[in-house]
Amino acid sequence: MPSIDLTINTDLARRILTGFIRSEIGRIGLKRAVVGLSGGVDSALSCFLAAEALGPENVLAVRMPYRTSSRESLEHAQMVIDATGVRSLTADITEMVEPYFARFPEMDKRRRGNMMARARMMVLYDQSAAFGGLVVGTSNKTEILLGYSTLYGDSAYAINPIGDLYKTQVWQLSEAVGVPEVIIKKAPTADLWAGQTDEQELGFSYREADRLLYLLVDRRYTPQECVAEGFNEAFVQAVVRRMRRNHFKRLMPPIAKLSNRTIGYDFLYLRDWGT
Amino acid sequence: MHKFTVGLAQINTRLGVPEANLETHLARIREAKGAGADLLVFPELSLTGYVLQDLAPEVAHRPAPDDPLFAPLLEASRGLDIVVGFVEEGPRHRFYIADAYLAGGEVVHVHRKVYLPTYGLFDEGRFFAWGDEVRAFDTRFGRMGMLICEDFWHASPPYLLWLDGADMLLFTSASPGRGLSAAPQLESARWVEHINRAYASLFTVFVAHANRVGYEDGLHFWGGSTLFDPAGELLAQAPYDEEALIFHEVDLRELHRVRARLPLLRDERTALVQRELARILSQPNRLR
Repeated sequence: MPSIDLTINTDLARRILTGFIRSEIGRIGLKRAVVGLSGGVDSALSCFLAAEALGPENVLAVRMPYRTSSRESLEHAQMVIDATGVRSLTADITEMVEPYFARFPEMDKRRRGNMMARARMMVLYDQSAAFGGLVVGTSNKTEILLGYSTLYGDSAYAINPIGDLYKTQVWQLSEAVGVPEVIIKKAPTADLWAGQTDEQELGFSYREADRLLYLLVDRRYTPQECVAEGFNEAFVQAVVRRMRRNHFKRLMPPIAKLSNRTIGYDFLYLRDWGT
Repeated sequence: MHKFTVGLAQINTRLGVPEANLETHLARIREAKGAGADLLVFPELSLTGYVLQDLAPEVAHRPAPDDPLFAPLLEASRGLDIVVGFVEEGPRHRFYIADAYLAGGEVVHVHRKVYLPTYGLFDEGRFFAWGDEVRAFDTRFGRMGMLICEDFWHASPPYLLWLDGADMLLFTSASPGRGLSAAPQLESARWVEHINRAYASLFTVFVAHANRVGYEDGLHFWGGSTLFDPAGELLAQAPYDEEALIFHEVDLRELHRVRARLPLLRDERTALVQRELARILSQPNRLR
């Protein structure tokens, strides 16, 4: 097995990521951010970084429980609010989604979960308009690569400071910036239904997935080479399949080309154009 | 003139707004003049920003006295030599990443980037034409050479400038940081500092490197501009990740002292290099 060391210099990561938040919000003339706080480690880290970058008074943390959400999630989100001193509000999404669930009683838990994730996106974007800030994303590199997210739900945001950090690295940086230990140590969950955990749903652990993804993505090993290095073949195939099948979640939808200059193909400008 | 003061203007830029960046340049030049600097080096594409893509033709200029961007810079170059980074539009409308050395109201030299990285996160070859010359040039502080970022990731351009008489290499970059590990520096920063020190040591020349700071979308430019002396010693370094204007005196007599001790230039076998290079290149499969 080649040496796989996902350890990062947290001081350096912190400096680059807080600078990123400050720059990318500041250069469009804003100074505020909105973060959806789930009670999990990813959103906690984004919130800590945003608070450090912009000052806690310029960050609005939004808790968006559903009636089945765990009490613990709400309490852990409150711990982050207390520790960072950011502004906060709680917008229960139950009354937004229940009438729709009642209209389509056959909805399974996946459809319901996606609906809830998108309801939260609607709240965040509305609150971002009211607060005058950008929505800061909370997706890490592991879940973006695995496609473990709801399109136009939790994958919708204006900027993402933690999307190039594997889950293992999120844990490491979270510890360094002072995210409460209980949040770092608990089992990751999307909390879309009672008792759900990410690792149970995915069928493998984040630590193991991160080591494999690091070889596949960062070190450009082929899947066969990863198996030869000792990774379980079924696991490698499952991860590779997830990565490929969910690639659409990482792209803007394709536009059918007709003209000489088509958005997405030959109309190329950075988002920061002119700023 | 044996001693002069070099300044490195480690700036952030606005993407695709040369007029705004011009104001930044003029302000830094005023500061540098006030501090007694003789030469001020700005980073790669300092007048335009880096990831230009389709903006490249829109922000292109010609380094000439009648150009609205260069007229005030040429005026500002009286009393203080300046290196600026810009998009040059050639006479036949090819677009180059270029550095211009301005002094005494004149354009002394223009270097067009020879190596356009088009791999990984880079896409320069899609938007720019490559330069086809590596030339040293004379200044009031001796003979110098300019290279832009990827140009000095290759060993041959600094080597050619050395043989062409440059005693000071002026490197400019808009280097996106990458390669986070447990180390206190990004891999890209560590690499650039290593090779800058290496060129100074191998060629017994001064090496100044002006790198920019700031962000463009998710890309982060790390700064850390450096000045190395002909012994490979670090004379000055700007901080990482923040705008800075740093100055340091250069004593050209160091060239005499270091080369008296370490005659690498005297002993360089240029005829051998030429002969062997001709042989190697006559056997094209060597580069495959």
